[in-house]
Amino acid sequence: MLIKKTAELTPAQITPKSVYLNRRNFLRGIGIAGAATVAGEGLSALLRHPATVHASTKLATVKSNYTVDEKISSENDVTHYNNFYEFGSEKGDPAKNSQNFRTTPWTVSIEGEVKTPRKFSLDEILKLAPLEERIYRHRCVERWSIVVPWIGYSLNAILKLVEPTAKAKYVAFQSFYDPKQMPQARYTGLDYPYVEGLRLDEAMHPLALLCVGMYGETLPNQDGAPVRMVIPWKYGYKSIKSIVKIKVQSSEPPTTWNRLAPNEYGFYSNVNPNVDHPRWSQATERRLGEIFMHKTLLFNGYSDQVASLYSGMDLKKFH
Amino acid sequence: MRLLLRKFMARELAKALVFLLSSVPFLILVWRSFRGDLTANPVEFFQHQTGDWTLRFLIFTLCITPFRKLLLLPELIRFRRMLGLFAFFYVCLHFLTYLGPDQSFNVAGMLKDVGKRPFITVGFAAFVLLIPMAITSTAGWIRRLGGKRWQALHRSIYVCAILGVIHYYWLVKADVRKPLFYGFLVGILLIWRLLNWLSKRSQPAVSEVRPVETS
Repeated sequence: MLIKKTAELTPAQITPKSVYLNRRNFLRGIGIAGAATVAGEGLSALLRHPATVHASTKLATVKSNYTVDEKISSENDVTHYNNFYEFGSEKGDPAKNSQNFRTTPWTVSIEGEVKTPRKFSLDEILKLAPLEERIYRHRCVERWSIVVPWIGYSLNAILKLVEPTAKAKYVAFQSFYDPKQMPQARYTGLDYPYVEGLRLDEAMHPLALLCVGMYGETLPNQDGAPVRMVIPWKYGYKSIKSIVKIKVQSSEPPTTWNRLAPNEYGFYSNVNPNVDHPRWSQATERRLGEIFMHKTLLFNGYSDQVASLYSGMDLKKFH
Repeated sequence: MRLLLRKFMARELAKALVFLLSSVPFLILVWRSFRGDLTANPVEFFQHQTGDWTLRFLIFTLCITPFRKLLLLPELIRFRRMLGLFAFFYVCLHFLTYLGPDQSFNVAGMLKDVGKRPFITVGFAAFVLLIPMAITSTAGWIRRLGGKRWQALHRSIYVCAILGVIHYYWLVKADVRKPLFYGFLVGILLIWRLLNWLSKRSQPAVSEVRPVETS
């Protein structure tokens, strides 16, 4: 057995008793505060109840060809289980923290490689094309999914209006960001403003929806009011919320989640059960409101419409 | 004041109280599931809550030894086994939500997932490590193993706590505040032990307080 000889101490090395005792008090303080925070915070999270109301206006819509015949998710679920990191990273945060988000006046600037760059007011956007109700499947990269009756029209309606030039290859989107209205954002680990992008042919695809409402009404703040994208064959984070800028350009734009973890979130982010997220399988998903998992479909079940956009591409490499 | 507290903690009533308090998160979950009030994604909510409470109870268990010494409350030892077993109770629920709703009770599929996903691997390892500790938590097992060996086995809780924090850290997508907070607490509790061990090596142990009589 090894017996270590105690090293001799010089007086200067001895910690004064007051400091020594203080250290104890300090540790004691930290301990009690820590334990209390852990227990208190946990219990209050367990007891918190989500709010159920939001201000909204009814929207008149026409029938759409782009709709699936599946059971629609509960509106309360879709409005109280959100990923909108600007308002906090917990699912219930956006519903709570976005209630005073100011969405009027609102303009969307369309610029870049287009013949007639211009700003659109929300009113202009609402009247630019007939509003359709489209029931889409929506699949989050976190393996939950919903079926939502969105309201809007194909993004190509507005893009055709501004006329992309010959150099146009990609479309970059940018969300609104105001740290004053979104004080929770800075703690969520993402860079803001949130940015997303599509290839031009993806953006021109009729399924790519410029969305202004859901469940018969204007969008609730937590779901991306007043105007957002919905791209049903891609993971949810591609469907950027609260858009203020759309820029048509010749180069591939950076996208928020890709910048954070390029190996986990690709530029394309097409729903694909055969390409796993590095940390979890993407083969299955859970519909909100259900217990067990479903099989995930390639392109979220929109293969017939969109697979041709990617013919010849290695979907694993360009995930 | 401290003496009163110590006398109270020595009573069976104190144990009952700690048991009741430790059950509160579970009772709230049960109550909320009866009301159909487990958010839009009940499985995920149940899974995250039970995961959180597992880590919290591991931390509470690790607090016992330093708190006994720093707060001069040796009677806290009476709650350590119960807190540890509650950590095990919550991790069992956590694991069941994974095996059942996530993996449809397909054990082979689950084991494949465990092997393939690092965050699941570490979480599962922590769960497995907790099992022998839960089994040998009785007085009979302490006797059978002998104090020294029993203590050595139960030191694996340090590893469980670290693995638990890593499991959580690797799971989150961007907002790492909560796993870091747990990691910070576990870090302090383990560093305290390290310092304590180092100082014990260089000086003979002196008992600071005598235990009060237990009733």
